[in-house]
Amino acid sequence: METIQEAQYEIVEEFSMFDDWEERYEYMIELGKSLPLIEPYYKTDDYIIKGCQSKVWVHADLEGDKLVFTADSDAIITKGIIAILIRVFSHQHPDAILDAGIDFIDKIGLKEHLSPNRANGLLSMIKQLKMYAIAFKTQLN
Amino acid sequence: MDVQKIRKDFPILEREVNGKLLVYLDNAATSQTPVQVIDTIADYYKNYNANIHRGVHALSQEATDAYEGARQKIQKHFNAAYPHEIIFSSGTTHSINIVSNGYAELLTKGDELIVSALEHHSNIVPWQMLCEKTGAVLKVIPMNEDGVLLISEYEKLLSDKTRLVFVNHVSNALGTINPIAQIIRMAHAVGAEVLIDGAQASPHIKVDVQALDVDYYVTSAHKLYGPTGIGMLYGKTSSLKRLPPDQGGGEMIAEVTFEKTTYADLPHKFEAGTPNIAGGIAFGAALDYINSIGIEQITAYEDELLNYATNALQKIPQLKVYGTAPKKTAVISFNVKGIHPYDIGSILDKLGIAVRTGHHCAQPIMDYYQIPGTVRASFSFYNTFEEIDSMVEALKKAIQMLQ
Repeated sequence: METIQEAQYEIVEEFSMFDDWEERYEYMIELGKSLPLIEPYYKTDDYIIKGCQSKVWVHADLEGDKLVFTADSDAIITKGIIAILIRVFSHQHPDAILDAGIDFIDKIGLKEHLSPNRANGLLSMIKQLKMYAIAFKTQLN
Repeated sequence: MDVQKIRKDFPILEREVNGKLLVYLDNAATSQTPVQVIDTIADYYKNYNANIHRGVHALSQEATDAYEGARQKIQKHFNAAYPHEIIFSSGTTHSINIVSNGYAELLTKGDELIVSALEHHSNIVPWQMLCEKTGAVLKVIPMNEDGVLLISEYEKLLSDKTRLVFVNHVSNALGTINPIAQIIRMAHAVGAEVLIDGAQASPHIKVDVQALDVDYYVTSAHKLYGPTGIGMLYGKTSSLKRLPPDQGGGEMIAEVTFEKTTYADLPHKFEAGTPNIAGGIAFGAALDYINSIGIEQITAYEDELLNYATNALQKIPQLKVYGTAPKKTAVISFNVKGIHPYDIGSILDKLGIAVRTGHHCAQPIMDYYQIPGTVRASFSFYNTFEEIDSMVEALKKAIQMLQ
């Protein structure tokens, strides 16, 4: 299994093939289609990352000592973003998730999604993934 | 009206966003600022910055004259009877809160307040808080599918228990112009006062508070080509005299001893502390700017923009416009079937088009239509038909990418 750093590097490599934002967005939308979908019965307020724009649901489970995420969103760009994050953070140990940096977001040209102006932006999603990591870390210990 | 000449007054319209010339269609959120207003702010800080109403020195006198001069400009613009009926506030939300806080002392349990289904959260939440405090009951005027208020239902809500009715002049989410003259007459007939939220109307249509016979009318300068952080509460003299002040401090007092403080006369009773002096003066300059173009000319031109944009958007397959009232200001809320408004807004931004997406702080309206939000394009007199074409082209591209 690759590390978070390897997964980030791989995504940065993939995005570096594109010359402009359109191609990057189209690819992101494509990635959204391969998102491991959350079970419909988890699409409730308990699993929502609530903001004022689009809805994102995330669920986490332990497989051995690794966290596995599933998610969904009602907006397809948001779905692409959460798909990228899950590709990086899923199947990793909670400690690795908590230690991981997020420089790769800038490198793949999605910096605008880091703005606090974007409710439900990347930052709140990453925060939620890390919250799961904290919760499951306690469970593992 | 020479739009190209007007655009030169707005330096921001020359900037690029994501490598594209900015097309600013989010005027209902905030309007851009002409150089005349920017210069007024700079001139104040460069030449006569001083605290007002207190100093005997020349700067204080000049600043006081400019600030009070601005109050008179606002009075004249909205045709209030007296300058003291114009209270400076930090904006529409603050103005509403001045009235709602004051009303806390005027209401008793079982009194009724009436709101409309078309309101912005800022004209809902302060009143809900007031109801919690006082035991007053909030009633809601419903709307129909077009986004038009049902006046026959409003009539049924009115009674001798009604104390205050608060409705916006224009809906920020849908652009509906509400029949406020009629709403005010009907409220007065049962002895209730009326507060009108004019934040979305005052930039676009003529407002005459005396002709409307409205008790309170509120708006923000930043929707009127002025700066943020300043707005007005217009109130009839009799209403403002009855309303208790919501904040204590300097400026708002006549005499202070530890036993008792007497309040200053209007307007100072509601203006505790050092105000936003530069903002107030710039508010006056912004109204001068609007009047140099002419509010009737503005309305006529913006109507043309609205019709042009509505026709162009309705040609796009599966696009639905929300808010189809016969009388609207230049605001179009819409969705494209199967596409989240946030996705459309994100792509439009990449193409240099600034629109608003989301619930527009009017969740009850979104709940009515059972949608998460809309894309909203809102126009101003500095927008052009070419910019609308650019928006439509960008939208087509967004749809192609997102469908």
